[in-house]
Amino acid sequence: MNLLKLLDTMCPDTNSPEEKDRFYSRREAFRQFGDMSKKVAMAAVPLGLMTALPKVAKADTESLIGVLNYALTLEHLEYRYYQMGIESGVIDGADAAIFAKIRDHEKAHVDFLTEVIGNVLMGTPVAEPEFDFTAGGNFMPFSDYPTFLALSQAFEDTGVRAYKGQAGNAMENDVVLTAALSIHSVEARHASMVRRLRTKKGQDTVKGWITNASIGSLPSATQPIYAGEDNVTHGGVNVVNLTGIDAGAVSEGWDEPLSKDQVLGIASLFLA
Amino acid sequence: MKNDLIKPKALVKKANRRDFLKYSSLSVAGAGLLLMGCDDEEQIPINPAVSLGSGDVGILNYAYALEQLEAAFYATVMTGGYFANASAEEKQIMGDLEKHERAHRDFFKAALGDAAIEDLSVDFSSIDFNSRSSVLMAAKTFEDLGVAAYNGAGQFIENVDYLLIAGKIVSVEARHAAAIRDLINPGTADFAGDDIIDANGLERTLSFSEVLTAASTYVTTPLDGSMLPSS
Repeated sequence: MNLLKLLDTMCPDTNSPEEKDRFYSRREAFRQFGDMSKKVAMAAVPLGLMTALPKVAKADTESLIGVLNYALTLEHLEYRYYQMGIESGVIDGADAAIFAKIRDHEKAHVDFLTEVIGNVLMGTPVAEPEFDFTAGGNFMPFSDYPTFLALSQAFEDTGVRAYKGQAGNAMENDVVLTAALSIHSVEARHASMVRRLRTKKGQDTVKGWITNASIGSLPSATQPIYAGEDNVTHGGVNVVNLTGIDAGAVSEGWDEPLSKDQVLGIASLFLA
Repeated sequence: MKNDLIKPKALVKKANRRDFLKYSSLSVAGAGLLLMGCDDEEQIPINPAVSLGSGDVGILNYAYALEQLEAAFYATVMTGGYFANASAEEKQIMGDLEKHERAHRDFFKAALGDAAIEDLSVDFSSIDFNSRSSVLMAAKTFEDLGVAAYNGAGQFIENVDYLLIAGKIVSVEARHAAAIRDLINPGTADFAGDDIIDANGLERTLSFSEVLTAASTYVTTPLDGSMLPSS
């Protein structure tokens, strides 16, 4: 990053150890500005810095906007789903805190991505599509709680795979990549929680992690969400053969990506 | 929320002169040394440490070090009184995590081949393996640390295949972290708590040095991460 190289060439113009430390820690803060967990106002620091970075080629910006608009489409779907679920009263009171938190995160993701696309990359954030969460009358998630939970799991596990599938496309921009990774792990936390909740309620036998390519008791329409999750070979290494650990456990230890087309195929079931 | 399980011991070798000066009693000489320029990438030998290496190999070794720590932790959990008396659900979770982390560890060792760092020594004397709360708090520390470490390292990975492998593992660590947190505070929002996720819905990231410092509470082998990428 040129900005950091520039900072590296600067020396603090002082002999005071405190001021030197301040300079270096500020430089370190710049170095880590992909770390947005520092409760800084987004618009104030990382976004401002992003605009200060050398301009990437227009084509690269276009492709980043494309990736982020795809992510934003998924976040719109998730946010609307949880918002409607909460408004419908379908959620057990005991689980209200869990779904309020998930809804809040999806809302924050929508706002964050909208901000980055519109005010940093100067693109046009995709508008919220019309959703049909019954998938043509097949599901009743807002009147049947087990169905609500089943689709929640499906959406979260899809989200994890979708973000993972875009890491390579976000590589050219450290800030965007780091943000995407930081959303990706939040989606994984959601997925783990919802999966365990369904099993606790006796609706399934799934664990927080995905075993083989099992859809558990989810409707068969969710098969594409788990296709390929049974992979046990990474970087050319078959980890079952390497370790002697059973394939189920090895498959749980690595989550697999999905391509944009695969994800949009899944999401299209819920587009009005 | 500060994690009180993390007690930095400064075992991690500091690569830059400024920190070296802070840790030595040479601060008087410091001003003079700094006049020679301030490229803080220079090596100052303090004690022989295991170098993680540079570039992508360095990052893979960094991940390998963390997976070694996690695998050793769960292997020890399985031998303790907490596990022996744990509920069926918690036994299953701990057993799964032990297998996942062992698989991660052995995978990195194989992937790194000759470039792999040595087996690290660990010290878990601060953890009571007969105590549910002590084990779960330590597990929470390790899992949250792992997620933040992978999230922070991603931007420095050059090879897209390695980035994908890191991505495949980090979401599993996040699944672990959420489950452990839910065991500690069941049914609450803590599985994805505000202590690690900000107002933008982004999970925290940690830098190489933050993670190595935190890990040094339990990893007694000194690790040298000074050649890891910094831009």
